[in-house]
Amino acid sequence: MKGLRQTEVLVIGGGPAGLSASLEAASLGCQVTLVDSDLALGGQLIKQTHKFFGSKDERAGTRGFKISEILLEELDGYKDRVKVHMNCTATGFYREDGVVSCVIGEDEYFRIKPGKIVMATGAQERLLPFPNNHLPGVYGAGAVQTLMNVYGVAPGKRVLMVGAGNIGLIVSYQLMQAGVEIAGIVEAMDRVGGYWVHAAKVRRMGVPIYLRHTIKEALGDRVIAGAMIQEIDDKFQPVGKEIQVDADIICMAVGLTPTCELLWQAGCEMVFVPQLCGHVAQRDLFMRTSHPDIWVAGDAAGIEEASAAMVEGRIAGVGVARSLGKGDSSEHSKRLEEYRRRLADLRGGEVGQKICQGLECCTVNEWGV
Amino acid sequence: MNEKEKLFNSGVLVETRKGAVEPPVDLWQNKKNGLVIIECPQRIPCNPCHTSCPTGAVKPFRDINDQPEIDYEKCTGCARCVAVCPGLACFVVDLTWGDEDTALMKLPYEMLPVPEEGKSVDCLNRVGEPISRGKVVKVLEPMHDRTMVVHVEVPRSKVMEIRTIRVVR
Ligand SMILES: Cc1cc2nc3c(=O)[nH]c(=O)nc-3n(C[C@H](O)[C@H](O)[C@H](O)COP(=O)(O)OP(=O)(O)OC[C@H]3O[C@@H](n4cnc5c(N)ncnc54)[C@H](O)[C@@H]3O)c2cc1C
Ligand code: SF4
Ligand code: SF4
Repeated sequence: MKGLRQTEVLVIGGGPAGLSASLEAASLGCQVTLVDSDLALGGQLIKQTHKFFGSKDERAGTRGFKISEILLEELDGYKDRVKVHMNCTATGFYREDGVVSCVIGEDEYFRIKPGKIVMATGAQERLLPFPNNHLPGVYGAGAVQTLMNVYGVAPGKRVLMVGAGNIGLIVSYQLMQAGVEIAGIVEAMDRVGGYWVHAAKVRRMGVPIYLRHTIKEALGDRVIAGAMIQEIDDKFQPVGKEIQVDADIICMAVGLTPTCELLWQAGCEMVFVPQLCGHVAQRDLFMRTSHPDIWVAGDAAGIEEASAAMVEGRIAGVGVARSLGKGDSSEHSKRLEEYRRRLADLRGGEVGQKICQGLECCTVNEWGV
Repeated sequence: MNEKEKLFNSGVLVETRKGAVEPPVDLWQNKKNGLVIIECPQRIPCNPCHTSCPTGAVKPFRDINDQPEIDYEKCTGCARCVAVCPGLACFVVDLTWGDEDTALMKLPYEMLPVPEEGKSVDCLNRVGEPISRGKVVKVLEPMHDRTMVVHVEVPRSKVMEIRTIRVVR
């Protein structure tokens, strides 16, 4: 077939999961091709200016973008084995011959036939419907972060944040660092969903968090001028008085859902797991999906954290190397044991419990292959 | 959900609890350089306060999700944990500072502008209300990573309320 490229391993997505998978596979001797639709590698990490949690192994206390720099430095050591295409989107997986189509920029197209694939495509933002949400000034948290931390542009002057998960809390904090005022954070549940310490950080700077509240409608004529928020009851029905909040930006941080189109295309067995925030591929303990040549890692396998995404990526990297017969089996076992221990540690807390429940619904011991 | 629970659930400490305790007063009163106060009451996968503490005052974690526990005898008030904690949940309070009405707080700070030594700042409580003025004594960047540790002289009676500062323009 004309113009068909080959690679032992194709990693789709160059966030923490994909970078780690590439590094691990390369370190065991695989030839890797890494594609990412963005203009820079690092995925979500390049937008994270705050210090991460975790242990030393996952570089706790280091700012997110620094972690990305560390991974890229490590990648530099494998130049001979890892070929990187940026601004390159994997657009389709063809089941009949296992070929993946990719587009670089808008007009350069190529097809590639990988031996094995790691899908590390990350996540997509969820949005919330409410009246007037079409007005300019309504953003997803990802866009706000990109504007602010990648391009250095303040999105507005006064922001109403919707959602008090880690993303809502952290983006609020980052906005304040950029000199933007936070009018308040609205949260439907009766407690913040993110880490308590992240909430404490913004509370002590005077930001109100409206628990059990939702946004009723956005206000404004041609652009956002504010919003009406209202308390809700156990059944999420509006009760109590409405509060008008002035703001020129409404930022939605109401959750992410795994990016899994390519997994569907490949016919991987998928399950809906609420704890992992959407449809995810069934996987075994090596992160292999029901498709014998496809592995999954990071947020694409279930919404979690960069720390876990990196370890999952490592596991998938060992998985593909093992199935390609690269590296020796005692080395595989040693690494896997270490990575599984780290994952178990990371998932031992309150938030981790939920993840573990979710994983029980989509993990098999090993596919019979 | 009562008011107290509501406050706590939104990130405001309302009483001491596991992972957020007060230092023992007897030891604290005479401890030059101060003792640490950590307010980290939730089980989260995080442990730099322990791994970075040079004296072992933050006890070893059995599980990385444990809340920090402190051996106050060992704490030297060095404020390294203040500089590394990603949750900005560590503070040092030196009650021996100045006269009997003042104390020194070593607080984490990541906002701009960076406070200036000698200047007066607003001291904010856990919900961001300005409750007194303080004087910036020293501004350090111990880990060279943009997290400042600001030493502020504050009224001694307010050390269990003040948790951050605001630069007055
Ligand atoms: C505001 C915020 C704060 C966070 N804070 C923390 C924190 O403190 N600690 C922590 O551990 N985690 C944190 N996270 C979570 C962390 O960023 C993610 O869990 C992590 O980045 C997931 O890694 P990933 O590699 O799976 O996906 P991503 O980082 O999302 O990377 C996926 C990559 O795949 C690329 N891609 C997708 N589809 C394709 C395709 N078809 N073709 C080519 N490329 C494609 C994308 O361009 C992207 O670069 C935070 C997230 C946010 C948004
Ligand atoms: S102040 Fe210093 S000695 Fe005390 S707990 Fe923090 S790091 Fe340890
Ligand atoms: S480093 Fe900070 S956030 Fe992490 S466990 Fe210690 S006190 Fe809590």
